[in-house]
Amino acid sequence: MAVKDDTKDKAQFILPTEDEMNRGSLVQGGPQTGGLEVQGVQTGLYTAGADRDVTVREMNKDLQDQGFLVTSTADIINWARTGSLHWMTFGLACCAVEMMHTSMPRYDLERFGTAPRASPRQSDLIIVAGTLTNKMAPAFRKIYDQMPEPRYVISMGSCANGGGYYHFGYSVVRGCDRIVPVDVYVPGCPPTAEALLYGILQLQRKIRRTGTIVR
Amino acid sequence: MADTTVETTPEQVPAVAVHPLDALGASIVARGQGAVLSHEVTNGELTIHVDIQRIVETLAFLRADSSCQFSLIVDITAVDWPGRAKRFDMVYHLLSMYQNRRIRLKAQVGEEEMVPSATSVFPGANWFEREVFDMFGLVFSGHPDLRRLLTDYGFRGHPLRKDFPLTGHNEVRYDEVQKRVIYEPVRLTQEWRQFDFLSPWEGGAFALPGDEKADVGDPQKGLPATPNKNR
Repeated sequence: MAVKDDTKDKAQFILPTEDEMNRGSLVQGGPQTGGLEVQGVQTGLYTAGADRDVTVREMNKDLQDQGFLVTSTADIINWARTGSLHWMTFGLACCAVEMMHTSMPRYDLERFGTAPRASPRQSDLIIVAGTLTNKMAPAFRKIYDQMPEPRYVISMGSCANGGGYYHFGYSVVRGCDRIVPVDVYVPGCPPTAEALLYGILQLQRKIRRTGTIVR
Repeated sequence: MADTTVETTPEQVPAVAVHPLDALGASIVARGQGAVLSHEVTNGELTIHVDIQRIVETLAFLRADSSCQFSLIVDITAVDWPGRAKRFDMVYHLLSMYQNRRIRLKAQVGEEEMVPSATSVFPGANWFEREVFDMFGLVFSGHPDLRRLLTDYGFRGHPLRKDFPLTGHNEVRYDEVQKRVIYEPVRLTQEWRQFDFLSPWEGGAFALPGDEKADVGDPQKGLPATPNKNR
C-alpha cells in the first residue's frame, strides 16, 4: 500500500499503486490501512476531493472477474455511513408534514437505509423542518451537541433557511445556520417530499465526496 | 254578493320576525342588573358589551342561566386600540353546547386597569388569560399563575400591542467562543419592504413623478386637464 499524498495536515486516503493493481494482490483492511490519520474535527471549509466512487468503480472494472473487491477503509466507512443515515426527527412546523411524507410509501425514505430516531444520541443527521424560534434555539443547540460525530444538518424550508416569512418577526431565528452549521439547504415553503428526498441524496453525495473520517 | 277580497290591515301584516339571537341578547341585557350594557347582532353573531369589573358575575350568569347555558369557554383575547381613552377591548367567546349557540362578550379596559380573572368560573380561562397577559400586558386579578405563556424567557414587551416594534428587541445566535446561544440587539442586514400593491402593474392608484401636472393641465399652453382615472 502506498500513501498518495505525503502532507500530514489533511485527510489522507490510501490508494493502491499501479503495481499493486496490476498484481492484483490487494487485500482490503489489515494493519496497513491504519495509516489513515485522524486529526480531530475539521472546522474550516470542506476539502472535497475527487469523487471516490468513480475511482473505485474503474478499479473494480479491472478486477471484477477475479473474485474480490477492492476498496479502502475510508470508502467502506463512507459507504456504510451514507447507507445508514439515522435521522433525528426535528419537526417544528408544517415542513414536518412533508418530512413525514418523505418517509411514507410513495417516496419511502427508508429504502436508502435511513431510519428515524427519536433520540439525538442515536442519530447522525438532524432535519430542521420548520420555524426555529428564539425560545427553541437553545434547546435545538443542546440537541445538536448531543449528537455523536460525524453529524449532519439539513435545513428544510424557508423558515429554517433564513427565517422565511417570519424573517422580520420578533420571535424567529433568521436561519438555523445562526445556531448550528448546516450541510444542505432545501428550499421551498414547504419543500415537497421529493425535494427533501433530493436533499438527502445530495447529503449522501457530500458525505461520499468529503469523507467522514476527518471532518 | 260576498266580497271575496280580503282587506289587509296593517295589524294583520306579520311583524318582522325578531332574530332569536336578538331576543336572547335583549333578555340578557334586561336581566344583567347593569353589568351588561348593550347587545348587537352582526353577521348573525351576538355580541354583548359588558362592564369589565363585573365580568365574573356576568360569565357565571351566562353559564348557569337555563336559557343560556354557555358552559364552554372558546377563547379569551384582547384588541389594542391605541387612540382610545380606554385602550383595550377584552373579548370573550362562549359556546352553549345545550342550545347550540355562541356569544361574544366585549369590554373596554384601560391600560392601568386590572381585569378580574375568569378562572373561578371557567378553569379553562387560565391559559387564555396568560396569553392575553403575555401579548397585551393586561394584568388579571385573582389569577392563580399569571406568567408569560408564549414568548421567550425574559422577553421584553408585549408583541400584540400596536406600539411594539415588529422585529422586537433581541435576536439569538450561537457564539463559538462562549459555546452557547447568546442574545444580541436586533441588527437587520436588509430593510423591511412594504408590499402595498400600489404599483401600476398591480392595478392600484399610483402616481409617477410628474403625473400630477397632467391632472391640472396647463391653461397657458392650452393643455387640457386629463385626470388620471386610476387615482
